[in-house]
Amino acid sequence: MTADRPLLSRRRAADAVMTAVAWAATLATLAVLALVLFVVVRRGIGSLGLAIFTQTTPPPGGKGGLLNPILGSLAMTGTAVAAASPVGILAGTYLAEYGRHKRLAQVVRFLNDTLLSAPSIIIGLFVYGLAVRPAGHFSGWAGALALALIALPVVVRTTEDVLKMVPASLREAGIALGAPRWRMIVSIAWRAAAGGIATGLLLAVARISGETAPLLFTSLNNQFLTSGLDQPTASLPVAIFQFAMSPYPDWQALAWAGALLISAAVLLLNISARLIAGRAPM
Amino acid sequence: MGSTRAPARAEPRTLRDAQRTASERGFHSLALASAILVVAALAGIFALLLIGGLPALQRFGWRFLTATSWNPVTGVFGALPPIYGTLVTSAIAMLIGVPTAFSIAFFINELCPHRLRGPLTVGIELLAAVPSIIYGMWGLFILAPFLAAHVEPPLIDLLGPLPLVGALFRGAPFGIGMLTAGVILGIMILPYIAAVARQAIGDVPLLLREAAFAVGATRWEVFRHVLVPYASHGLLGGVMLGLGRALGETMAVTFVIGNAHQVARSLLAPGTTISATLANEFTEAVGDIYMSSLLALGLILFIITFVVLAAARLLLGRTSPDAAA
Repeated sequence: MTADRPLLSRRRAADAVMTAVAWAATLATLAVLALVLFVVVRRGIGSLGLAIFTQTTPPPGGKGGLLNPILGSLAMTGTAVAAASPVGILAGTYLAEYGRHKRLAQVVRFLNDTLLSAPSIIIGLFVYGLAVRPAGHFSGWAGALALALIALPVVVRTTEDVLKMVPASLREAGIALGAPRWRMIVSIAWRAAAGGIATGLLLAVARISGETAPLLFTSLNNQFLTSGLDQPTASLPVAIFQFAMSPYPDWQALAWAGALLISAAVLLLNISARLIAGRAPM
Repeated sequence: MGSTRAPARAEPRTLRDAQRTASERGFHSLALASAILVVAALAGIFALLLIGGLPALQRFGWRFLTATSWNPVTGVFGALPPIYGTLVTSAIAMLIGVPTAFSIAFFINELCPHRLRGPLTVGIELLAAVPSIIYGMWGLFILAPFLAAHVEPPLIDLLGPLPLVGALFRGAPFGIGMLTAGVILGIMILPYIAAVARQAIGDVPLLLREAAFAVGATRWEVFRHVLVPYASHGLLGGVMLGLGRALGETMAVTFVIGNAHQVARSLLAPGTTISATLANEFTEAVGDIYMSSLLALGLILFIITFVVLAAARLLLGRTSPDAAA
């Protein structure tokens, strides 16, 4: 028994040290991440004003706002989600309803998960080759296509996951009433999973609204307000990039305002997605 | 629902049945086509990068991977500097991110007061959602000056004179370079790894934990010798997922790496990564071979990340919580 004393105290010491390390690591991480958000809020609030939403981007040294990047981001994000939603929901439905144990579904599932975390700049290269080079010019449509490709795997994955949680008894009840399979899926499975699918769409919007890299080679940027998506289009993330890297203090101030807008939007979208998911019957 | 009024008798070829079969078939093929579109997208990415990068790969051969010159004027391109920068910054990020993320998983699962567990988990997942451009800006305006003033000078003074490792810490403290990029990446991927690790550890059966405590193990021993080995697949999957992010991350790096095509031994020196090179040069690339070299770089990045992410998926199975990320 006495021989165990030093061993026991060594084990207790190791436990105490690792406990301290874990506390320190967690607190340090929270501190750094709080600092990131704090800096964004403090510097962003300072340059946030009505002009941000009503005026277009200024030349260096001039006065202006972020109207054209905000509208460009809204248009491209909206178009992207509108395009990715039907395809993503149908693909997720295939994985959950038709192909549950099929080999093809396994392959799709695997590749979809890979696409989910693929570097977004690669998507930008792809859309450049697919849409920008053949057309001969950068455009908002190309930017929207790049964003749609990033949103797609998010929608597929969440749709499949929530459909799988719909109880089999509901499906059987539908089939037993004589409904064809597609009717059962549309009127029963989708309706039961609606909250979860909506969550997936919100997460997809959150994911693409901060994406910068895929827009660099597709929608490029624009100093002016554009009336459609068929020309180079400004977006908030690209405008932030351009302004933050510039040597002009007033451009940098605009970049911080944009950073605050994007962070707030992304966090709000994520929180509301969680609230919807929490309230859904699943 | 009209279809419920269908007669019970088997009447195969009525108009109604034909309509039903047709609509069912239509819906099925629509869903199937959508699923195939996902595969087509990935195949299309690979094909386009391969076709686009082929001229450069043919012109430079294997030397493309080992040459260090990157000269748009003479049209000679070598990919070693960006590949090197990608690997070095990701290595620094993993050195920072992995131990910290595992410590957080230990904290949340074993040490944290029960009431804090939920908020902390959600908080970490929310932080994984903050766009990378925000981290990049913060790195440029806050972290880089801080490292240049308070961290890099002591590193140079203390470690610079040492043999071997000293070479990593020589030069001027710019604050812009591979070290800063690696630190930013580490902070960025931390929440991803922590979220997966927390879940993997949390999924270990309670029985194992209780058994270990019952034989007198300390909390750290339970974590180290029971939970980590049991959850090793999930933990490794989380690490690979973080590595995949680090390798391909663009904006956070582009702000602070300095964009210099060089293979510098010092971590404090400016460098470049594949993604940063693409972000900076792609729209300005003039000439077919320049463009092709950039696409070949993209192909290399695609292959590396595909392998890493595929490994992550195989290790994780289908239980990771990262759909939110």
